[in-house]
Amino acid sequence: MAPKTEYAVIGGTETKVDGLEKVTGRTRYADDLSFPNMLYGRFLRSPHAHARIKNIDVSKAAAMPGVHCILTGKDFPIPFGPLPISEDEHVLAIDKAIYVGEPVVAIAASDEATADAACRAVVVDYEELESYMTLEEALAQKGEAIHPDHRGGNVHKEVPLEIGDVEQGFAEAEYLREDVFYYEGNTHMPIEEHACIGVPEGIDKVTLYSSTQNPHYGHRLLGKVLGLSPSRIRVVATPVGGGFGGKCDTFSHEFSACRMALLTGRPVKFTLTREEVFYTHRGRHPVLMWSKIGFKRNGKITAMYFKSFLDGGACGSLGVASTYYTGALQPCSYKIPHYKFEGVRLFTNKPVCGPKRGHGTPQPRTVMETQLDKTAVDLGIDPATLRLINAVEPYSKTVNHFRITSCGLKECIEKVVEASDFRNKWGKLPHGKGIGFAASVYMSGAGVPQYWNNGPHSEVTVKVGRFGEVQCLTGSTDIGQGSMMVHASIVAEVLGLHTRDIMVLNGDTATTPIDLGSYSSRVTFMSGNAALQAARRMRDQIAGVVAESFGVTADRIEFREYKVFNADNPEQSMDWPDACALTESKLGAQSSSGNYTPPDLAGPYKGGTVGPSPAYTFTALAVQVDVDPETGMIKIEKVWCAHDIGFPINHTLVIGQVEGGIYMGLSEALLEEMVYRKNRLKAPSLLDYKTITVAEMPEIETHLICTNDPEGPFGAKEAGQGPLLPAIPALLNAVYDAVGVRIDEVPCSPDKVLFAMEEKAEGGAGRYGPKAFLEHKMTSKPVRAPRPAEWENGNEGRMS
Amino acid sequence: MKHMALTLRVNGQDRQILVSPSKTLLEVLREDLNLTGTKHGCELGECGACTVLVSGKPLLACLVPVAQIDGAEITTIEALGGPSNPDPLQVEWARLGAAQCGYCTPGFVMSAKALLDGNPNPTRDEIKEAISGNLCRCTGYHKIVEAIENVAQQQQVSKVINAVTIASRQTTAVEVRD
Repeated sequence: MAPKTEYAVIGGTETKVDGLEKVTGRTRYADDLSFPNMLYGRFLRSPHAHARIKNIDVSKAAAMPGVHCILTGKDFPIPFGPLPISEDEHVLAIDKAIYVGEPVVAIAASDEATADAACRAVVVDYEELESYMTLEEALAQKGEAIHPDHRGGNVHKEVPLEIGDVEQGFAEAEYLREDVFYYEGNTHMPIEEHACIGVPEGIDKVTLYSSTQNPHYGHRLLGKVLGLSPSRIRVVATPVGGGFGGKCDTFSHEFSACRMALLTGRPVKFTLTREEVFYTHRGRHPVLMWSKIGFKRNGKITAMYFKSFLDGGACGSLGVASTYYTGALQPCSYKIPHYKFEGVRLFTNKPVCGPKRGHGTPQPRTVMETQLDKTAVDLGIDPATLRLINAVEPYSKTVNHFRITSCGLKECIEKVVEASDFRNKWGKLPHGKGIGFAASVYMSGAGVPQYWNNGPHSEVTVKVGRFGEVQCLTGSTDIGQGSMMVHASIVAEVLGLHTRDIMVLNGDTATTPIDLGSYSSRVTFMSGNAALQAARRMRDQIAGVVAESFGVTADRIEFREYKVFNADNPEQSMDWPDACALTESKLGAQSSSGNYTPPDLAGPYKGGTVGPSPAYTFTALAVQVDVDPETGMIKIEKVWCAHDIGFPINHTLVIGQVEGGIYMGLSEALLEEMVYRKNRLKAPSLLDYKTITVAEMPEIETHLICTNDPEGPFGAKEAGQGPLLPAIPALLNAVYDAVGVRIDEVPCSPDKVLFAMEEKAEGGAGRYGPKAFLEHKMTSKPVRAPRPAEWENGNEGRMS
Repeated sequence: MKHMALTLRVNGQDRQILVSPSKTLLEVLREDLNLTGTKHGCELGECGACTVLVSGKPLLACLVPVAQIDGAEITTIEALGGPSNPDPLQVEWARLGAAQCGYCTPGFVMSAKALLDGNPNPTRDEIKEAISGNLCRCTGYHKIVEAIENVAQQQQVSKVINAVTIASRQTTAVEVRD
């Protein structure tokens, strides 16, 4: 049920502004666009995981009729990456190929078949090198490093951090446990394959229409890699047919389309095949983790020491941030007095890992929440109570210095316990049936941008025309989460209009102001705040003029139901278009802008910029399962979820995000994995890359907890990523409750359940998972940080 | 390869095309007829995004060589009603937020349309079976099932109302004759 509010639009269930166009097939995605005289681009990709390129012979391809442009690595000498500290990627392989599927040659031709045939006519002379397909192989590094110029060899990044004194914390503990866990990698699998079109404009400019989450970052990188002034490049984000983090980076097809358009003077379209989407990847990192945690007998955590090894694939992407994220949010859901974290990311000869929904946090969240479940059993405290004992509180500092403002974690836990009847079910259901519990935290937007700058993170312009027409211009992109509706709702609420009166124009670097993009669950909070400020400024401009004509002060003017009126005498009113025309006649063309920059919340230590957010959401979740002891098959019967949303801008959109996030979490918990046979991806197709379908989806009961965040627009916080996180560990915990075995590995497939059950039947531990963690001596200097004053004064983080 | 002249009846109109017979129906719809409402997600019959109706039956357009269906009657999402006259399925789909990114939606809606045309009162399991070949990555499927269920129920209700109305008219006519 949507909450009761005093608002006209906010908190409602109105259909989103772009809803009808989507269900009628009218939305024009990137591949739906065509331009006269268009060429089609294709890539020749590497068949080798690690191989020196000795020669590329394109002569046969170049002689083929219909072939207009052929590019190789030497045409793009400038390396790049989304993070300036990790520029290790090339548009097309230079000197050597570093994963199967890496683009090596790009060809534009009059049609796709000709471009494909031309790619097949290219002869590349490779010399295979020692390849590194696992963490162990990458670490041992028996041959040439994947990036020979990288200081650490195959070790891409090390993060050694200690806050407080974990040894002291462990000494105070009355119960200690250590666990090793492996989380396999998986991928976003948007149903829309990546596509883009580079269109030459005039003689020296180019417009890129692309299915991208982040047109602004793309704009920056295109300028850098193509060596063009940003004034010559326009990036237009087309409606994105599924992102989930997979369309955040700027890709080879985007650089190539632009360069080819400029060289040929013709539009060039690239549409990836499904197999290519798997190679383009940037998905969930495979992570091997080790965690040691100490508790008092009463269930209070005394310290945590967490180690992670990330299998990064062949390039950096956003992997430096991913590495930090595997250690950033553990102290943000539960009070941990002493915390130590060591994260290591390795390069391997596999498609590049990057940000996927939950970015680097589902893996450690799964370890921590299963560890809490194991502890609960051992200490004889039920899992929900154990979490309540340790839950972070509103208006507190985490031990790693992150500021928590609104926080409904305890309410979420209590709501799920009540709705699922957890305490009467846990440990009490018949063998084969089980219920599992987990909770989590996520950010409403990253506190720092991907490249260093002092500008706002979000800017929004509101324009009002002579007939009362309203445009809301935002650089954010709609990836299906409903950001257009969020903007329309906020502007409509402030100006007393209907969302259909607002034309939202988005994601165009030439016509819309800057927004960093649709990632890190930032759009509603950050761009929403910018939209709110822009709309309020527009309201104030109009109110001033109308107030003067009414002979009252501006603070008496209200906007509602398409009217502007005197609050003290509602008879004295003006229709919205008349108020707009009057304002224009007095003040000229009407536009207003709003900006949002998050407060500086970085922790006072190296890496303290990854994890701070202006607000955090909290989620609790229970999963009930039925495990077949004969086959190990897991049937999910029902999910209960409570999510601290702050306040929903649109109730329907929020429920959609919660259900979609839970689906994606359950799917990766049960099935999804990027696995390799020798050097090749085993299943680069939708048939073989298993996901749960409508047939397996359980019922979901969602409760929204409204904590009205003081800094969120109308109190709102994020919904897109948080609810995915607890679904995975809750499922693993439910499997234990059902059949008494611990699966310390994701995905939790039937063979693993059977293995553990057989082991248990033979008197073993009843566990499936990695036996040991990797030995590695950190070469980076340890970062030691003091605890915040709120911890040193014995306040357990509470801000006075 | 030689081109071939074909006639397809698409959305109630005869369309004559000259195409390579190796082209799929999906390619013809999107590239030759500019009907881009039908999507592609795999080109291998794995995702359901390209579902269209061929003689009333849902088919994956990416697997159908166009030469095989010369003369067939094809219905795409474009014929199901536009923004000004949407099909009840489309209205309910949008209202419930069953389309997030919307990319899989045309295929799903066509599968649902075929189901309700053949089975106006499906059970929940029948609905799930009818759309089990369509993949959605955004919604978690619930709103999609709910939308189809709601439309089926609405149509059952209006059928009953129509039947009652007709019956009462007939009764009235009988009374008048008496």
